[in-house]
Amino acid sequence: MAAKNYASTRFSALNEINTSTVNRMRVAWTFSTGVTAGHEAAPLVVNNTMYLITPFPNFVFALDLTKPGAPLKWMYDPKSPAAARGVACCDVVNRGLAYWNGSVIFNTLDVRTISLDAETGKERWVATLGDINRGETMTMAPLVAADKVFVGNSGGEFGVRGWLTALNASDGRMAWRAYNTGPDKDVLIGPEFKPFYEQDRGKDLGMTSWPSDAWKIGGGTVWGWLSYDPSLNLVYYGTSNPGPWNPDQRPGDNKWTAGTFARDASSGAARWFYQSSPHDLFDHDGVNESILLDATLNGQPRKVLVRPERNGYVYVIDRTNGEVLSATPFVHITSSKGVDLKSGRLLEVEDKKPRVGVTIRDICPAAPGAKDWQPSSFSPQTNLLYLPHNNLCMDFEAMEASYIAGTPYVGSSVVYKPGPGGHQGEVTAWDPLAGKAVWKVQEKYPAWSGTLATAGGLVFYGTMEGWFKAVDAKTGSVLWRFKAGSGIIGQPISYRGPDGHQYVAIYSGVGGWPGAVVVNDLDTNDQTAALGWGVALRDLKKDTTKGGTLYVFTVEGS
Amino acid sequence: MRLAALCVLCAAVLSGGPAAQSLRVCADPNNLPFSNSKQEGFENELAQLLARDLHRTLEYTWWPQRRGFVRNTVGTGRCDVIMGVPARYELVLTTRPYYRSTYVFVSQKRRHLRVRSFDDPQLSTLRIGVQLVGDDFANTPPAHALSARGLIGNIVGYSVFGDYSKPNPPARVVDAVVNGEVDLAVVWGPLAGFLAQRAAVPLEIHPVTQTRSLTPASIPFAFDIAMGVRRGDREMKDRLDRFIEHHHLDIDALLSRYGVPLSHPRKEQS
Repeated sequence: MAAKNYASTRFSALNEINTSTVNRMRVAWTFSTGVTAGHEAAPLVVNNTMYLITPFPNFVFALDLTKPGAPLKWMYDPKSPAAARGVACCDVVNRGLAYWNGSVIFNTLDVRTISLDAETGKERWVATLGDINRGETMTMAPLVAADKVFVGNSGGEFGVRGWLTALNASDGRMAWRAYNTGPDKDVLIGPEFKPFYEQDRGKDLGMTSWPSDAWKIGGGTVWGWLSYDPSLNLVYYGTSNPGPWNPDQRPGDNKWTAGTFARDASSGAARWFYQSSPHDLFDHDGVNESILLDATLNGQPRKVLVRPERNGYVYVIDRTNGEVLSATPFVHITSSKGVDLKSGRLLEVEDKKPRVGVTIRDICPAAPGAKDWQPSSFSPQTNLLYLPHNNLCMDFEAMEASYIAGTPYVGSSVVYKPGPGGHQGEVTAWDPLAGKAVWKVQEKYPAWSGTLATAGGLVFYGTMEGWFKAVDAKTGSVLWRFKAGSGIIGQPISYRGPDGHQYVAIYSGVGGWPGAVVVNDLDTNDQTAALGWGVALRDLKKDTTKGGTLYVFTVEGS
Repeated sequence: MRLAALCVLCAAVLSGGPAAQSLRVCADPNNLPFSNSKQEGFENELAQLLARDLHRTLEYTWWPQRRGFVRNTVGTGRCDVIMGVPARYELVLTTRPYYRSTYVFVSQKRRHLRVRSFDDPQLSTLRIGVQLVGDDFANTPPAHALSARGLIGNIVGYSVFGDYSKPNPPARVVDAVVNGEVDLAVVWGPLAGFLAQRAAVPLEIHPVTQTRSLTPASIPFAFDIAMGVRRGDREMKDRLDRFIEHHHLDIDALLSRYGVPLSHPRKEQS
C-alpha cells in the first residue's frame, strides 16, 4: 500500500542505507513513463516486482526487479475516452495502487476501480463507481484491509456528493457505500455512532446542517488517505471541503464535510466523527493522512490518531472515541486562534472571513492549507513525525468577469504568497506528544512530495525544483541530494531488492495543483493562474520542466 | 466531429483551387444555445457569417468549455478564435464587444410572477433555481445576490457543469422552471432566451434590474461579450474588430433570432 502499513507511518525498517552510507547512494536504474502530468503516486513493490501507476491516462507498469535494469513485465492501459475528451479538466493525478492476494488494485480518473492479475496484468474485475460526465473522478490510492478495497471519489468543485465505498477484494462487488452528506441512512449512521462532541450528535445532521437541498451537491469527497486499525476493525478517513456554494450560501456546519470519520470496516457503520473545519471558509479539505500510534499521554496508554491538518494544526485524537487530546499549530496561522478542546471547535478570527467584493489580506494558511495531500512519515526511532508542508498565506481580491460553459461569473479571486520567512515550503520534524517542532528545513517552493523515514536514521523527500534529498532524521542536516529530471511531488519508498540490498525509489514529474503552472505552461504574469499560484510560482517554469520518470537508488559497491 | 472538420479541409485542398485558408474556431460540441457539433448554436451561425466574410472555410476544434478550455484550444494553437468570452477576459486577447446581455428572471407565464428585482418580496417564498460554478469563492452573480439578501433556504443550486453525457448540460436550470421543480430561476440571458423560445410551456423572462439596495454593490448582472483570440494575435483581432463593426446590424438580428436578450449600454441606468 502507498502508506507502507495500516498505521500509515511510511517507515521502512531497512538500514543498509544510513547516515554513514548515504553519501555513496547512486542511481541504480530509471524508468520513463511517457506521461507529463504530475506524478504523485507511490511505487509498490511486491514479490520482486515493482508496480507503477501514472497520472491520467492511468497506465500501469509491472517491472521485473530480478533482472538487470528492471525490464517491463507487462503494461496495462485502462482506456478512458470520456476523460480524454476534456470532460475532466483538472486533478488528473493518481496517488498509488494496492496489492491483495495476487492482484494489483487501483483507481482510474473516470471513476473505475480495477483489479489486475499481478503476474500477467490481465483484468480480474472492473467496478464502475460513478460517472465522469457528472464531474466525478477518482485520484486516491485504494486501501485494502480485511479483504475489502476502500475507495473514495473526487470532484467537490463540480457539485459531487462525496462517498467512501467498500468493495469485496475478490470480485469487486460493492459491500457498502457511505455518503458523507445527507440523511443518516445514507451516511450509515446508526446506534453505533457515538461522536465525542455534542455538536455531532442529533438526527440527520448531514441534511439539517445545510440549507434545503444543498447537501445533495455538497462535496465531502474522499480523495486523500485512509488508515486501518485491525484490533478495533475501524477504517479512518477524512472528507473534503463543502461545495460548490460559497460559504455564505450554506449556513450551518455542513456535515459531514472537512472532518474525520471512523467506520466499522465490515459494515461501514459510523463510530465517530470529528469536524476539523465546521462550515469551511477556506477550502480546507480534511483529507490528510491519519497516523495511528500507541502513545503514553499523562501516564496513560492511549491509542491515538495523529493528523496534520490543512487548517494548520496537528491534531492528536483518541482513535477509539474521537476525543481531541491536543491541537497544536505547526505553521503561522491568522485565520483561527486555536481549537477549543472542550467543544472541539476551531476558533475562527472574524475579520479574516472571506466576503465577496471585499479585499482581505494575509489569511494564513492559504487555500492549499498548511499542508495539502502530501503525506508525512513517522519514525519509531526518533518518535518524530516528518511533515512536508506549505508556508503560504493568501489575499482575497475582487475578480474580473470569468466565463465557463457560456456563463459569465464573478466573485473573489485568491492570490497565494509565501508566509513568514519568504519561503513557500518546509519540512518539519514534529514531536506529536510534546506538540513542538524539533527542526525545520526551508524550501523555496511548497514541499509537495511525501516523506519517507527509515531505520537508517534518514528522511527522504523531494522538492518541486527536482532535488531528491536525504536528511538526518535527528537534525534535518542534508546528507545527500540528487537533481532529478523534473520537479518531485511523488511519495518515496524503500524496499529490499532480490539481491538483498536496500533501494529507494521516487517518481519525478512536476504537476499537481501548484505544478500545473509548469505542466500546462500557465502564464505566471497572471497572478490568479492555476487558481491563485501565479505570483508565488513565478520562477517555477525556469526551475523545472515536465515529464515523468522513476528513479531508483542504491548504495554504490553494495 | 473531428472527421467532419478534417473533411472540410480535404474538400478545400482537393478542389484544386488555391488552398483556401481556414477560419479555425474553438467551440464546445455540447452547449446550446452557444454551440454544438451539429452547428446549431448562434456562435456557430456567427462563425459561418464570419468565415464567409473572410472568404475562409470554417474548421472546428471541439472541446468542452470548462477549466482548461482556453489552454487546450487557442493555447495549443489548434484553433484561433473563441466566438464568445467576456470583454477584457484575461486568458485571451479580446475583440471589441459584439453584444451585451444580462442575467434574467425566468418563470412560467401562467404564474404571473413578473419578478424584475432581487428586492421583490415574492422571492422569500418562491423556490428559486440558480447556477453554481464551484470555483472557490467565485460564483454566478445571482448566487452572490441571493445570499447577500439572506435568501438561502428556498434556493436550489444547479451545477453549471451538469451531466455532460446529456445534451446542453447547463440548460437543466431552465428545464427546472418548465417542469415545475422551481418557481423561478435567475439565468444568464442567452441561455434563458433561447430556451424560452422553444419551451413546452410559455415562459416569461425579465432582465435583472439594478436596485438601490443591491449588495454587494460590485456584482454586475450585465456583461459585454467579445470574441477571443490568442494573446498577441493582433492581426486576427483587428480583422474580427472590423467584421464586428461592419456587421453590427446582422449580428443583432442573428442574436435576436436565437432569443438572446440584448442589453444596450446606453439604456443602462447604473
